[in-house]
Amino acid sequence: MTPAHGLRVLGAVAGREVEKFVHQGGRFFSALVRPLLWLVVFAAGFQNVFGVSIIPPYETYIPYQVYIAPGLLGMILLFNGMQSSLAMVYDREMGMMRLLLTAPVPRWYLLLSKLVAGTVLSVLQAIGFLAIAWLIGVELPPEGMLLVLPALVLAGMMLGALGLVLSVHVKQLENFAGTMNFVIFPMFFISPALYPLWKLQESGAEWLHQAARFNPFSHAVELVRFAMYGQFQTTSFLVVVGCLLAFFALAVFGYDPQRGMLKRTGRGG
Amino acid sequence: MTDSKAALLTVDNVAKSYGARKALDGVSLAISEGEFVALLGPNGAGKSTLFQLLSGLFVADGGHITICGQDIRRSPVKALARIGIVFQQATLDLDLSVERNLMFHARLHGLGGSVARRRVGEELAAQGLVDRRGDRVRDLSGGNRRKVELARAMVHEPRVLLMDEATVGLDPGSRATLLAQVHGLCATRGVGVLWASHLVDEAERADRVVLLHQGRVRAEGTPAELIATVGVDSLAGAFAQLTEGGGRGTPDNPKS
Repeated sequence: MTPAHGLRVLGAVAGREVEKFVHQGGRFFSALVRPLLWLVVFAAGFQNVFGVSIIPPYETYIPYQVYIAPGLLGMILLFNGMQSSLAMVYDREMGMMRLLLTAPVPRWYLLLSKLVAGTVLSVLQAIGFLAIAWLIGVELPPEGMLLVLPALVLAGMMLGALGLVLSVHVKQLENFAGTMNFVIFPMFFISPALYPLWKLQESGAEWLHQAARFNPFSHAVELVRFAMYGQFQTTSFLVVVGCLLAFFALAVFGYDPQRGMLKRTGRGG
Repeated sequence: MTDSKAALLTVDNVAKSYGARKALDGVSLAISEGEFVALLGPNGAGKSTLFQLLSGLFVADGGHITICGQDIRRSPVKALARIGIVFQQATLDLDLSVERNLMFHARLHGLGGSVARRRVGEELAAQGLVDRRGDRVRDLSGGNRRKVELARAMVHEPRVLLMDEATVGLDPGSRATLLAQVHGLCATRGVGVLWASHLVDEAERADRVVLLHQGRVRAEGTPAELIATVGVDSLAGAFAQLTEGGGRGTPDNPKS
């Protein structure tokens, strides 16, 4: 495959995703409604219940809505990653996956194109959310505006790669509800998205605290949180990059006709 | 097979099992330029498995598949670039327009902007779909969707065309039209065609018929050769006899 061919494939896959996204007019709106409800309603209601102490990267007491903004950005990326998974399952059921898998393109590159396309949509929605959050008081320093974009891209790619892995195992669209229950909600709630992890420790839920420490989504949120204030969180960066590579490798393995799950299950697309 | 022409597609002693069940057992065949080969077999004969191996969706347990000199296992990208496929199951994006479906495919095959637009235009014209190019595929009839799939399969000018039970769900008129168009592609563009079907009448005009049953090639030859060898008066009769009772006691290759 030549570089020009590679770019055309990437353009085709990304273009298709964007075109479908644009045609589904309400998707952008609905993607923003969920985190905005959390930001405006939930944060207002729980402002005094969850009182947050001064923890890095914050240098002073902050309103609760400022604390949960990175978690809600993570929520957008997480839901979009799972949406990519859903789109892959839909493509398989509609037969489009066969077309993709029989194209003269290495499978890894095809999956990378899907991942990039999904991440572009995720990050665009996250930026839309940030813009609205800005209007209601979640402000970023200039260096934060610079760093948050690569952090969103990395976190979006890691969660998108997780979606690719799940799409190998989710056999039917109907099973997607299970993905919500067993992947999205646990990942979101067992993380520092809504409360600092020391709160879990303080309440005696040590096992939850440990689970949250090993939750890749926790590191995605912390990477974005620190980046929003112009700081680099090395541990979270390494975990996110490591998980991205691991999830992507598992997805490539899963879609490999010689070795992966498709062979074992006898599903070709 | 026309021996004077080089084989575009060769399947050599290919085997595939799903667990203990042998789906294909030592299948061999070849297709040369401009040749229409019908792959006949009842349901469960192994036709779809063979197509999955030919299109790189799965890998054979044994044997070799070569497309225009490229081994599909060792060089899948180069091999896949030379084939066009119309699957039994529809593989169009219903939400995109006819033209966008074809452009998507053209780009997957690496065709650049102006070349892709020209090729898409030519194939839409060949199928009489120019006036439907902006329509969403969802709004097309079953017959027109199949035409779009054939147009798409030809956009990148493949040397080999694989048609997997492509007439399933079509009315008799659309079925005849599709069959005639594919015969036309063999004659005018020199495309080698493997046409899989369980409908015997679709194989009557084939250059050769490969009869697959229970994962093995039971017979191979021109329709006339098969009829003469089995000693019946029609291809349908030959098909019935060769697939009856697992095909035991029938000639494995009447041509040889």
